[in-house]
Amino acid sequence: MLNDIFINPFVDMWQAPDFLLQVLWEGLVSGILYALIALGFVLIFRSSRIFNFAQGIMVVFAALTLVGLHAYGIPAWIAVALTLGVMFVLAVSIERVVLRPLVGQPDIILFMATIGITLFLIGFGEIIFGGENKVMISEELGIPTGDTVLEPWGGLLILQHLDITVVVVAALLVGALLAFLNYTQMGRAIRALGDDHQAALSVGISLQTVWVLVWFIAGIIALVTGIAWGARAGVSFALEVIAYKALPVLMLGGLESITGAIVGGLMIGLLEKLFEIYWGQPLLGGNTETWFAFVLALVVLLFRPQGLFGERIIERV
Amino acid sequence: MLYRTAGQFKTSYAADQALFPVRQDAVLLAVIAAFAWVIFPLIASEFTFQAILIPVLIFSLAALGLNILTGFAGQLSLGTGAFMGVGAYACYKMVTLMPWMNPIVAILLSGVFSAGVGVVFGIPSLRIKGFYLAIATLAAQFFLVWLFEKWAWLYNNNASGAIQVPNLDIFGLYVTGPQAASVTEYYIVLFVVSLLTYLCINLTRGNLGRTWKATRDMDIAAELIGINLMRSKLTAFAISSYIVGVAGALYVFAWKGAAEPNVFDIPLSFQVLFIAIIGGLGSIMGNFLGAILIVGLPVVLNLLPAALGIPLDSAMIEHLNIMIVGSLIVFFLIVEPHGLNALWRLIREKLILWPFPH
Repeated sequence: MLNDIFINPFVDMWQAPDFLLQVLWEGLVSGILYALIALGFVLIFRSSRIFNFAQGIMVVFAALTLVGLHAYGIPAWIAVALTLGVMFVLAVSIERVVLRPLVGQPDIILFMATIGITLFLIGFGEIIFGGENKVMISEELGIPTGDTVLEPWGGLLILQHLDITVVVVAALLVGALLAFLNYTQMGRAIRALGDDHQAALSVGISLQTVWVLVWFIAGIIALVTGIAWGARAGVSFALEVIAYKALPVLMLGGLESITGAIVGGLMIGLLEKLFEIYWGQPLLGGNTETWFAFVLALVVLLFRPQGLFGERIIERV
Repeated sequence: MLYRTAGQFKTSYAADQALFPVRQDAVLLAVIAAFAWVIFPLIASEFTFQAILIPVLIFSLAALGLNILTGFAGQLSLGTGAFMGVGAYACYKMVTLMPWMNPIVAILLSGVFSAGVGVVFGIPSLRIKGFYLAIATLAAQFFLVWLFEKWAWLYNNNASGAIQVPNLDIFGLYVTGPQAASVTEYYIVLFVVSLLTYLCINLTRGNLGRTWKATRDMDIAAELIGINLMRSKLTAFAISSYIVGVAGALYVFAWKGAAEPNVFDIPLSFQVLFIAIIGGLGSIMGNFLGAILIVGLPVVLNLLPAALGIPLDSAMIEHLNIMIVGSLIVFFLIVEPHGLNALWRLIREKLILWPFPH
């Protein structure tokens, strides 16, 4: 038994390094997608202290809108632009209808409100686009298919071109986002609001504008994630479960930290894949991916309650 | 006019601290109890029992358990569904391993197991707070549901992977399983819910309840005045999980009759959380009001299109349902963030002053 836990998995890894690489690569790709969703969370949490549970359903909604619009015969790239427009309208209406009346309420109330938004979007999406599984329009969007086969150590390593594209696009998006937050006026406003609400308001930063903006950016991230994940696994409401995966990523990285979201996402993507393949499937009957990330994050939090990169929690009476 | 508190003088401490210091409240409760114990069982149809009365009571109990933890002790939990599952599976194992056991005793004992599990998953609360803790309880949610699926011993290795409630009787009267009458199930649920609610009201008014409230309002300050935070938080987790576990056992044994692991998945947790929040955090009565709304609303919405003669297929109704429930949650949060209980308190104030505005 101990042998199975502590020795055999590593022997397996050593004997088949190409398979290990394959596992790591797949873990990396899903980790990047977790990190993307977590980024949407972090942006909203930083600027408004709202724990946005609806981020997952926004991913589904964006992907559904894109596919649905294309199904009406609208060319792919115009459909993308229109979807962005829909996400903008969504951001504005969420701010107007839900958030504005709830300013200053306790965190848990705002959290519940985002669950309400989630339910609304699920019902709305099902009515308009239907609940069945759809195929992402990857070809029309020019996402490459096919794969590259490498042969390290005489083994076999298959890299899907789609996955490579996902990694590159995600890296570009994160880079653009960091540049936006650090070097533009609106980006600085978002960060200022994250640091201190009242101070930011007193120097003339508009809460409403910034909120619409962060929800819109979260919507853009949702669209990119939706396209990427939809191209890999099809577009359906099952995508929503990946949103839950973003939660341990947040815990691990810290709720306020953008670096944390990225590092946490990659860590969880890699580790849960490794655990599933080398420990979960042989010893525990598989499907450990549903909970591994949470338990990992829980253990980390026991030692660092603010997450790996979170702001240090200072408590005063 | 009817609701006058003037003239009801208290002449002893005991009278002042009575459960119902206002006479009208006691009368109101007596009326509600009479309806629940006598009138509903006489007039309710099979459909009313199964679609409204029994689920409302069970969900009220689950929300009450969650409210002890979140509303009174201030520890946000998203793992309620899984703890309900622990209660249900514990009850199932007990009645199948020991068929001679009185089913009501089994239901009440099953909470003990979920209390144990709750304490284990409550330990992180000593270091983690707020949303971090909420996500930590999600670990319990996903891990336990996975366990229900993979650990075949829990469902006696049967092929379907679901638990089936056996026919159990007390003195020849079937109380659970397919042969039990809805009235019997209703009375069992009502008995357990009344008992636990009564205990909870007293518990939250006593020493333990005040300790919890102090912990909720500011835990460092509570620690400074000598409250043992570990004891306070872990008792909250234990008692909350006990009640939730009993609710879970009732959910399967007195209502559904059978359950698969995914029944206890995260939507159930959220449903209970909605009830607790819409009813009002930190209140007992709010749980019942919230449960009536959240359980009753889909039933009404399902019946409405047919009653109005609008032809809609069932999938459409279900989606509309989700949408309307979502919007109503947002609506209620905006109108009254402190829940239906606060609304009742407001009405009460107005009633006392009526017919004068101030």
